[in-house]
This record gives sequence, C-alpha cells and structure tokens, in this order.
Amino acid sequence: MSDLLYVGKNIPRTIEVDKVTGRAIYINDLKRPGMLYGKILYSKYAHAKIKSIDTSKAEKLPGVRAVLSGYTIPDVRVGFLKDQTVLKKGVVRQFRDEVAAVAAISEEIAEEALDLIDVEYEERPAVFDPAEAMKEGAVLIHEVDARGKPITSNIIPLPWKFKAGDIEQGRKDSAYVVKDNLATTWVNQCCMGTSGCVAEFDMNNNLTLYNQTNVPFLDKQRITEYLAAIGLKGKNVRVVNVTVGGSFGTKLDTDIYEFISIQLALKTRKPVKILFSREEEFRALPPRQPARFTIEQGCDKDGRLTFRKCEALLDNGAYTSWGVTTPSVMMMPMSSLYRVPNVSFEATCVYTNNIYCQAMRGYGNPQATFAVEVSMDRLAEKTGIDPAELRLINSNKSGDLTPMRLKITSCGLEECINSVKKSLDWDNKKSKNRKRGLGMASLIHVAGGARVYLSDGHGIMIKVDQNGHVDVLESGTDQGQGSPTVISQIIAESLGFRPEDISLTFGDTGLCLWDAGTHASRHTFMAGNAAIRACESAKRQILQIAVEKMPRLIKNNVKREQKKNPNFLEPELDYDMISDPEKLDIKNRMVFPKAAPDHKYFRFEVSDILRSGLHVGIGESKVVVAEAFYDPPTEMLDREMKGNLSLTYAFGTTGVEVEVDEETGKVTIVNLFAAHDVGKAINPTLVKGQIYGAAYIGAGYALTEEMLVENGRVMNPNFRDYKMLTAKDVIPVEPIIIETDERDGPFGAKGIGEPGLVPTAPAIANAIYDAIGVRINDLPITPEKIITALKEKKKQD
Amino acid sequence: MKNVSVTFTLNGDLVTAEVPATWTLLKTLREYFELTGTKEGCGVGECGACTVIIDGNAVSSCIYPILEVEGTSVTTIEGVADKNGALHPLQKAFLENNGVQCGFCTSGMIMSAKALLDHNPKPTKDQIRTSIAGNFCRCTGYVQIVDSIEKAVEMIKEKK
Repeated sequence: MSDLLYVGKNIPRTIEVDKVTGRAIYINDLKRPGMLYGKILYSKYAHAKIKSIDTSKAEKLPGVRAVLSGYTIPDVRVGFLKDQTVLKKGVVRQFRDEVAAVAAISEEIAEEALDLIDVEYEERPAVFDPAEAMKEGAVLIHEVDARGKPITSNIIPLPWKFKAGDIEQGRKDSAYVVKDNLATTWVNQCCMGTSGCVAEFDMNNNLTLYNQTNVPFLDKQRITEYLAAIGLKGKNVRVVNVTVGGSFGTKLDTDIYEFISIQLALKTRKPVKILFSREEEFRALPPRQPARFTIEQGCDKDGRLTFRKCEALLDNGAYTSWGVTTPSVMMMPMSSLYRVPNVSFEATCVYTNNIYCQAMRGYGNPQATFAVEVSMDRLAEKTGIDPAELRLINSNKSGDLTPMRLKITSCGLEECINSVKKSLDWDNKKSKNRKRGLGMASLIHVAGGARVYLSDGHGIMIKVDQNGHVDVLESGTDQGQGSPTVISQIIAESLGFRPEDISLTFGDTGLCLWDAGTHASRHTFMAGNAAIRACESAKRQILQIAVEKMPRLIKNNVKREQKKNPNFLEPELDYDMISDPEKLDIKNRMVFPKAAPDHKYFRFEVSDILRSGLHVGIGESKVVVAEAFYDPPTEMLDREMKGNLSLTYAFGTTGVEVEVDEETGKVTIVNLFAAHDVGKAINPTLVKGQIYGAAYIGAGYALTEEMLVENGRVMNPNFRDYKMLTAKDVIPVEPIIIETDERDGPFGAKGIGEPGLVPTAPAIANAIYDAIGVRINDLPITPEKIITALKEKKKQD
Repeated sequence: MKNVSVTFTLNGDLVTAEVPATWTLLKTLREYFELTGTKEGCGVGECGACTVIIDGNAVSSCIYPILEVEGTSVTTIEGVADKNGALHPLQKAFLENNGVQCGFCTSGMIMSAKALLDHNPKPTKDQIRTSIAGNFCRCTGYVQIVDSIEKAVEMIKEKK
C-alpha cells in the first residue's frame, strides 16, 4: 500500500478554514428569524417538596413570551430509565432539577423573569453518600419507578454482574494476592463551547432541532417518542448539527434542556434557543461518573494472573443518564486487560441527591483502568517482578479470546509496553531516584465499533456531479476530531479524487442515513469502512460511463487533431484496454487504462467523462450516486455480559516519569510517552492530536481536576476554581504510533478518540508511588493529599 | 435604557456603535456588528475564547466595557486575514499543524498569538506558552497549538 496518495499523509485541515477565520457557525452564533431565548429555573434544594409555583409575575414582564412549569406541560417521563420529567412536579431531588422555564425576546429579560417566579419548597432530608443511600431505612430518592411500581431501595436494578471462570480456584492457584480500595470523582467535560440548541416548529408541527449532538439519529428517535407522548404523534423531527464546540461525551444523551427548548418553541410558535452559561455547564450538565472500587488480584509464582475480583460502587445521583451504564465498559478492562482466566466484576449503582452523570471520553474505562493498573503495580511489588515485566508476562496477544469473549485480532500491546520502556530508559531509571519516579499503565478499548444498540451501523451517501465535485452526506458528527479531513482522505484515496474535490455534510437527519453515533471511538472505523464501500460503487459507475463514452471522446480528439493537422493519421488504438470497467482506474481525477496509465489517447479528466455521461439526450443521461451502509459483524453482549461487541480493539501503554517536590507536594511530569496501536494512522498529525489532547485531560484527571460537590451542590462552577491544565502546565506528551494494520479497519485503521486518556491517570499514580513511596488511591492526586500521605508515612517510619 | 455612541476602528474601518452603556465589547461585536467569530466561553474573563486585540494588546472582550473602546483600534479574528482573503501565517499554520480541533478556542488563541508576534517576532517557546496561558483549550493539549505558532513565526520570517 506504499502507493497511497492521501491515506497516511499529514493532509492539513484546510477543509475547516472557517474555524480559523471566525466564520464557523456554532450554536452560540445561530440566529433564526423571530428567535426567542429560553432560560431555566433550577431547584433551591437538594431534596424538597414543591408546595407551589407562582409564575404570574414573570408572565407579566414585558418581552416574556412563555413561562412553563411541571404543572403546565404534559407529565411525560424521559431519560435512560424514564425516571424524570422535563420540568419537575411535586418533588425536586437535586440542585439541578429544572423547575420552570421562560422564553423571552432577550436573554436579559428571560433571566429577569426567572427571578420573578415564586417557588415554595418544603425541604426534605437528603442523602449524598451512595454507601449511606444503600442502607435500609435511607431516605428514598424515588418512590415509584417508570411504571408506577413502588420502589423500596435506592439501589438501581441493573444487570452489572460479570463472572468468568472460578474465582476460588484462581485464589487457590495464587502465590500472591493484593487487595485495594480506589476511588475516582466527578470531573467535568469542560467543552469550550457550552451546551445549547435551537428548537423550531413549522406550522404543521414538524420540528427542526439545531443541535450539537453526537447522536443525531438517537436524538431524533428520543424526541420523536417524546413528541408522540405529548400528543404530536407522527410529526417529523429533523436534527441538524451546527459546528460543535467540543463534546467529550456530553452530547451522547438527549439532555433536559433540549426537551425544554422544544416545549418553549411549541408554546410560543417561535424558534427558541437555550444556551448554557459556563456556570450552568458545571451545575446542570451531567459530568463523568465517579466510582469506588475494591479490587483484588492474584498471580502465581511466575507472575501469571490467576484471578481478578472487583466490586464497584457508583453514585448515580438523582436520575439516570449514561453514567450508570459505564459498568458495561468497565467490564472490558476488568475482564480483558491482560490475560486473566478468572474474573468477577460487580457494580452497584445507587440513587442519591447528588448530580447525575453521563458519558465522558473513555466512558467507564478510565475509572476501571485506574483500579486495574494500580492493582497491577501493587501485585508487581508483592511478587518482586518488575511492573513492566509483569505486564509483558500477561500481555494480550493476537488471536486471544478473552473471558468477555472479545476476539483480539491485531494486538500491539507488547510493542507498546516495550517502546514505552525503551523511551523511558525504564531498566536503568526505575526506582533509582528519590523524588523522581517511573510508572506505566496500559489499556484496551473498543476500536472497531461498539454494538451497544442493535444496529451499530453507519450509512454514507456520495454523489459525484458533472464537474467532478464530490458531495458526501456523512451520518456521523464532527466535534473537532478532524473527521472532515480524515474521511475526505479516505474518499479521495478510494475514489481516485483529491481531498479538495470533496465537500461533506455531517449530522443532519433530514439528509443523511442512520448512524449509531459518533462515540466509542468508532467514527473513523465505521465511516471509513462505509466510505470505502460507497466509493467502490461510485467508481464503478464512473468507469461504466467511461467504457461507454470514451471511444467517442477519443474520436473527437482525433478529429480535433486532424483539424489542426490535415496530415494527422488516426493511430492504431487497442480499444480492448478500455472495454471493461475492470480494466480502468481513476487516480488524481484522471481516468486511464490500467494496462497503460500514461496512454496519450486513453487518459481523460474525470469531469470530461462525467459530462459526456450526462449531456447525451433523453433516456441515456447518467448521474453518479452511491450509498453504503456498514454494520460490522459483531455481537451484542448477552445476559452474562459477554460477546464480541467490537470488530477490533485498541491497545496502548502510557509511561510517565514524574518529579515530586516533597515540601510542596507538587508533581511535575518530566516525560510522558503514549504508545498506541492505532492500526494505521490515516493522518499521523491528527492521530497525534487525539493522543495529545486525551493525555492532557488524563493528566488533569490524575492531578488537578475535581468537581467539589458538597451536600449535592457544585462548589466550584467556574474555571478559576475548577483546575484544568493550561498551556503553562507543560505536559511533555510524546505519542508513539504503533501500526498493526488491522485487517477489518479502513486502510488498516482502528479508533483512537478515547484511548489516550484511559491509562494516563494510573501511569501517573504509579510513577508518583515510585518517586515517593506512598500511594494515593483516590483521584485527583493533589499536593495536599501528597503532603498528608508523606506526613503519615513519616509518622509510621 | 438609553444607548451610548462609541466610535472606534474595527478591523481597519472607522465604525460607530449605538448600544446600551452596559454592553461589553464582546456583546457589541457579536450583536451589533454580527461578528460572531469572537466567542464567549465563560463570560467572566477566565477562558480567553473572547480574546481580541485592542491597540496592540490581547484583551478579554467579554469583560471589556464598550465605553472603554472609544477611540481605540480593535482587531478581531475577522480582521486577521488580509482584505483579499489571504490567510495570515497563524491561520495557515493552525490548519497545517492541527492547532485547531473543535475550533471554539481558536479565534481567541490566534488573537493572543497575533498580539505576541506583532510585538515580538522571535518569541521563545516559553513566551509562546505564556501568551496563550489565559486561553483554554480542551481538545489539543496545547502541543500542536504551540507548534502552529512556532511554524507561523518561521513563515513570517521567510516572507520578510
């Protein structure tokens, strides 16, 4: 494949020139004629009875067009477990509960109106600790479930139990066993563009929702169901994405504000925009799911893993979004990161009066891998085996079938571990330097789709017009990862065109085919495979036109030549080499016979061919249009939570060198090598961009980021108090790209969106331990925690 | 509320805005002039998405009162490419080196970098990082943004 023109090359993001010139339209920038501004009133209590809501003063404020509450809109339940309504009625269960909403002619008036809404509450006792909330007699967050059946416990009935092999046998086979408690906390996705949408109904009550979702088609499905439930059955919903200012998981669910904008638009008959402030983004958008783990692992005297047993406790918050489904992803590293024969994983999700959670880059994998990889280091220490060696002994290999029934196809894990070892000079530097330390951690993640819905498909449509321009209807979304560039590289390569010939439309349910969503690091893999298939069809159509029309074009050229030069004789031409589409090819927009690519008479610009196919008279004109729907041959997880849900898996290892100042507790990352098996880098610069960005968020997860939630209230809802790493916190990330040429990947590629984040925190945690000899088992590892732990250690010494 | 009249130079043109005195420069740019390239990421001067250049200095337009703008010269992202549409080396470099991902921070990032390069055509890596320390980005980890600015420095040098 060395003759690739575009795939594997660092094609610039020229197609996104609007983003560097201020022309790209984000939801903030979108204005529709007559548009109103919606604002939401949130609860004043973590748990309370709503005694009354009086909206009359707000309604009288000039410029206000609608004031809604749970008492004025239909009582329809929404969400993953249908455990909440759009505006709350009767009871509020968390501070972010949406109590009322306003639409007005300006944001200022809408805000003023919120202040005029009188809500009388009667505070109720609340519970904020999942361990407390599990206990018998704890305050009940919900009294009935979605079907109206009484609920007697805050524990959510979800099937998060995984068992493979025999834990007791594994224990017997163990020479060494370690057991640890670890915890991760809430972190915010911190998209630079805040959440928002514009809802607009036409006079037939069909809805257009301008949005920034990752899942246009699932969004459409949920909203269609909602409309049916409020009496608008059969109405069309068109979800149209504008430019998306980052996602990192936030746009996987249909959020409550989307339903509120729809209700306000319906009530006012005007387009209504809701746009979150940064404070709302922190208070009212579901963040990453926190988790507490008790993990036990054993190995035999040679370091071979014998068993892994883990129990997880998840604070669900007051309602359910995707946070409670993160255990389905946690099972992957728990069961399949390294070879381990006997596995038990159980997760308990508990309602509390805290904020609820959703997806964030890596889903549950960063949390679970933190537990697994810290435990691996502890086991290495106990056995006396070098931690890198222990990982190599147990490394996954190509051809493995894991306890979760994941079929490991290509696997670059050993190479990743070894390359990180080498880059860090591991053997010479490990545990040698007080205050400096080395640590590593690896990952496994889905990289060939993720069958979490019955269809994991991705549709694509391609049309090539008579000027040789390629328009692509791409069902996925771009939240900044660079898909317009990457997919145009794949299409240019497959079709024989140039990237600049291609225009793409993303995420419009009115134009595009079904896609399960741009999540689970699946987009390049799925859209790439779909694009290759659609291009095969489009190319065949173009070449068929060529076979039919080339002889006449050649004759015309000969005639033209003869006009110029009357002595010109028609050459003997072997028309057989252009007699069949199979005998022709396209490269760089030129159509030519494979047998003689530089043939003087048989080489045509593709638009000449396409025009000759179109302008030929009634009944004979041909247009080139192709579609493909790619749905990989994977499996849904069965009742035992087993199945090959992805066609291939990503592996990677992050190795870190840190320096810890024992006086201040400050951790400096001296080196960070992130080796990733990406299958094939379609665009190495963009692949590195994914790794840099993910590692940065991972480093923040390890060291600085935490939403301080006190009695249900977010105490640091701004960038001053929520500590993201900045350009001055230099994290010297060095990506190492390992190419394993995945057989099922488009040009060999695997997904790389999430992996870079996953092993970063445990690698840093392990390096800190290597430096100072104390373990901090709850993230983030702040200077305060380090100083406290060092003091504690001194006392014990 | 009575509007105030503020006259200043905006991307090379002399303009007058008639807006409420309480408006910020950001709101005036976005609402009055419909220059939506400058973004609001936090509204309280913490994230840098709204950075514009006033008289050569990068400032957060979201906390900059419009009355303060009288008589100044303001450059926004829309005024960075030349009048014929040719991209500034920073804009080119951001596209070529993956300095842009979701793009929401990009306008502010380019304005901060431009303010630096206009004063200091040969900045060190550390000076580059300092110039964008107030510009938050969640996508890139900053590495390729710094790369992009360094490449722009080279491009500008070669042009001269």
